[in-house]
Order: sequence, then structure tokens, then C-alpha cells
Amino acid sequence: MKAKLVVIWGLLVFVIGSTAFNYASKRRFYNFPADSISFKVPSNFPKPVYDFKDNPVTANGFKLGRILFYDPLLSKDKSISCANCHQSFAAFANLDHAVSHGTDECLGTRNAPPLFNLAWQKEFMWDGGVHHIEVSPMNAMTNPCEMATDLNTITKRLQQTEPYPALFKAAFGSTEINSQRAFRALAQFTSMLVSANSKYDKYIRKEAGGDFTAEETAGYELFKQKCSTCHQEPLFTDLTYRSNGLDLKPDDIGRDSITHLETDRGKFRVPSLRNIELTKPYMHDGRFSTLKEVLQHYDAGVKPAANLDPALHQNNIYGIKLTTVEQRQLTAFLKTLTDPDFINDKRFQSPELQTQLKTIH
Amino acid sequence: MKKQLIFLACILFAAVSVTNAKPPKKGLKEIKQGNLSLHFKNVVDGKDLKLNDSVSLYKNANGDDFKVTAFKYYISNVSLIAKNGEKVAIPDSYFLVNAADSGSLDQQVTNIPEGKYTGISFTIGVDSLRNFAGAQTGVLDPAKGMFWSWNSGYIFVKLEGESPKSTAKKNRLTFHIGGAKNPNNTIRTFTQKFPKTLKIADGKLPELELVTDAGALFKGKKTVDFAKLNFTMGGPNSVVVADNYADGLFRLGKVKN
Repeated sequence: MKAKLVVIWGLLVFVIGSTAFNYASKRRFYNFPADSISFKVPSNFPKPVYDFKDNPVTANGFKLGRILFYDPLLSKDKSISCANCHQSFAAFANLDHAVSHGTDECLGTRNAPPLFNLAWQKEFMWDGGVHHIEVSPMNAMTNPCEMATDLNTITKRLQQTEPYPALFKAAFGSTEINSQRAFRALAQFTSMLVSANSKYDKYIRKEAGGDFTAEETAGYELFKQKCSTCHQEPLFTDLTYRSNGLDLKPDDIGRDSITHLETDRGKFRVPSLRNIELTKPYMHDGRFSTLKEVLQHYDAGVKPAANLDPALHQNNIYGIKLTTVEQRQLTAFLKTLTDPDFINDKRFQSPELQTQLKTIH
Repeated sequence: MKKQLIFLACILFAAVSVTNAKPPKKGLKEIKQGNLSLHFKNVVDGKDLKLNDSVSLYKNANGDDFKVTAFKYYISNVSLIAKNGEKVAIPDSYFLVNAADSGSLDQQVTNIPEGKYTGISFTIGVDSLRNFAGAQTGVLDPAKGMFWSWNSGYIFVKLEGESPKSTAKKNRLTFHIGGAKNPNNTIRTFTQKFPKTLKIADGKLPELELVTDAGALFKGKKTVDFAKLNFTMGGPNSVVVADNYADGLFRLGKVKN
């Protein structure tokens, strides 16, 4: 009788234990080798802004950053991770979401920007309020309408969750977990998100696969004439703040919220056009769902807003006149900025996926 | 041409600095270092500051009643002024004082070269360099709740409270002063002479008392009326408050050698 009980109890413990283990292994069993990683400046790119001086990218630092990026533990109710609003297949923007969707079903006011070539950015967010790549995730972590938590909670959770102490030790030499280390690991991951292998890049670098069609060539010529003032190559943004005349009176004061200057009211950072095919919807509030709508806005929708960019008001004409043919040609060119190598790079994708794949193989 | 000249000048300057930075020649005694104990005493309206004191409210210079629920501030880049007038900068000197944490009222400035000093100078807040640097740790860890995530930079002085005169929700007072960029730069410097010479010596721990007047935020250049100004988080109104406290926030108390 006693023996039977022992067996039953033993079985019970085994079942519970293995279930728990399985459960845990699905969430946090990052037992994959760190990828070989190094930051390289593409030959057609300038020198990056981020100097990596205090935070050189290492295989283990990058691995930790990647795991943090995909871990919902960083949000208040452990429901969302960075990757919820920054999806790899959308060039790390949020596909089909006009504005970001935080914890407790909270909807924000701005469109989650794509994440790539961040090492070249001196300021972050639509209003440029954040001026260092390392502290940029703090915004989403602490915003009550996004991840809605605080740094003390996050570091405490990481300290108490296996295998984070070991991952921090591998990355930084000791098991100490503080916000600086978490931010540096995340910066190692986000700075490595370099997108520079589009058809356009191959065309510029005269590499195989870089032959433009007649339509793409015509589009590129048009782009250089009509769009490159703001969307400067090779980043396809000059990283300045401008108003493109979306509304006569803007709901969102934009850059003004940071500088407190009326002349900055309604201005937002010029977004990069790289991977633009993948990052719909468009504009700071995600109001346009197709590239066609965007081009139509520049052709016929630009409003005489108070701080409208002078480039959009030339010779008494608002906007940039574009015929249907020109719009088609421009669209063809914009699609050459899509970088399939970038969005399919396994090193940037969910570590859980990698773990699961490893288990299957 | 001009650029080249500047470049050349920089190289020359760097070369000279490097030469100067060489360790002292053999034979010279290595300069000994000592520490200084800093004691902060928070006051308001002529009394010791007590958080959440609903029984006796304080009055600001405008005569408005208020209570304080939080009072925190940074001082950084401490320099001591030597007898010969030379300013001796103490590297990596960052201090965060939090009225809710009595431990933070007693701090120590370490690694001060031995000698006699006649005064002190420090930044009220955090220097511009650290405001624009990446993720920091220690007292500058953004987890300390003195960092703006949406407009990166440190909050230099934070005072929260309530006043019946405040028109804000729940009569709140929210004064988060910070910003290191023009035209809304709120970095201010404090400099004052000691009432008597301070002696720093290895193995000794002299004490310096700093009296911090929370009421200084609301008087000086422009008297603050809580009906008109009860909320600021950087920007022009924070500059008004920083200009107010630039002179009156700190006063040197006793020096004990």
C-alpha cells in the first residue's frame, strides 16, 4: 500500500515537474550558441554616430540583447515584448497598426517606427526626444500606454529569472543585473540591425542583382529630383524635423513637445524610405495605409499648415506634383529599397523560434 | 585653411595636455588624498522640511500654502577652491539627495588632494555631457526616477506636493526641473566661500553642512504663484524656477575640521 502511494506521488511529481520544465523551456531555454557577430559599416554608408566605445558588440552581448528584445517580461503584465510593435517581417515596424498597442489594450498616439540603421541616428522617436540609442528603449518600457513598467521592476524580474544571471555573466563578466547592462545589451542588438542589402544598394555598389528596370531607373531619377531634399541617400532621411502639411492644425504638436518652440509645432522626423514597402501604415500617426495614398498626399493633399516645410511650397504650389505615370515609377523605385536579406536574417528573429527549430532538428 | 589651423591647434593642445598629465617626477612626494563628509539639511519656510506634513502647511514667498510630498536633487562636478585660488575638480562626483531617504542626506566626497580649502563649487543638476551620454549606472541610473525617457535627460531638481491654490488635478504641484539644451538649459552652478578654512587630510573626515531650501524654487528672480505655475517638466517654466533657485537653493552651514 505504502509502496503504491510512493509510486503515485512519484509519478505525480514527475508529471508536474516535466510539464513545468517543458513550459519553462518554451519560454526561456536559450540554449543556442551565440551567433558570430561584428558591426560592419556598409561601403556605401557614412561613419556611424554610435561609437560602441563603452559597449563593443560581442556575441554574448548581442545574444542577451536579442533575448531581451523578444521577452514580454519587460512589460507590466508580461504580455508584450519589444517585438510586439517591432516585427522582423515588417522591418521592425508594426504591420497594419496605425498606432502602437500597449498593455491593457491601451492605444498610443504614434506609429511604431521601423528599427534599422539606428547606429547612424543621433536622435530617436518621431519627435527626436531621445538622443542616445542606449536609452531609447526606456521610452516604451515606462510609457503607461506601452509596456507600462519601470526599470526597477524590470531589473528585479531579470535577477529572479533563469537563465538571465548566466546570460548577463556571459555578456558582461558578472551576474550583476542593472539597467545600464540591460540597455547596453539591447543596444548591441538594435545597433546590429543594419539594412544595406536592398536592390538599390546592389545597384549603387555595382553588385550582382543590382540591375534596375527602365521603370525603376526612371523612378530613381524622379526621386533624386523631387524627394531627395529630405530623404537623403544612403539613409534615405536627412534626420531633420519637418512638417509635410498633413493637417492645417496638427493634433500632435510633434517636435514642439521637445523643443518648446512654436516654429517646431507639427514637425516630425523625416522617416527613412528603406524597406518602405514593408512598413505600412505610414506617417507619424499611421494615417495612410498604402504608398499610393502617400504619393497622392504629396501630389494633391499637402495643406498650408503654419510650419509647412518650404520644400513643399515652391512657386506658389503646395506639395510635389506627380502624374500617375510618375507615381508608378516612383513606387517601382521605392520597392528597390526593400531588403529581403535583412528581414530574413535569422540572427534578428525570435530566439524562441531558433530554440524550437533546434529541438525539432 | 581655417579648419586645418583649428585641427593643428587641437593637436598641439592635446600634445601639451598629454605632457602635463605625466605623473610627477621621482623624488616628489605623491600627493595624499582625503575625504569630506557632506551633510544635507533640507529646509523650507524657515523650518526643517518634513514630507507629507498635512498638519502644518508651508508658505511660499507668494503666501500660498503648500505641502511637499517629494524632494530630490542632484549635485555634480564638485570642485574645492584651494587657498591659492586654484579650483580642484573632484572626478566622478555625482550625488543624489532624496528627502524620503535619510541615508542620502549624508554623503562623502572622496579622493580630494590634501590641503586647505576656502570654498566649494558644484553643478546643481547633472553636467551636460552625462545628459547626452548613453545608459549610466550608480546614482545616475535612470532607475532612480530622475530621468526623462521621452525627452532624454536628467531631472535636476524634483519637488512634488499639493497646494490649495494649485489649479492642477488634486491641487498637485509638479516641479521637475531639468534640460541641458539651449534655450531651456537649466544647469546652474553654485559657488560659495566656507565660513572657515576646510582642511583635507588623509585619515581625517571633516564635515560640511549644506542647507537646502526647497522654498528657493519659488522666489528670487520671479515669485511663483501656484495658481499660475504649478506644473513644469522642462521648458521655459523650468528655466524660471532654475533662475530662482540658482542663488538660494544652497547655503553653506557649519564646517567641522
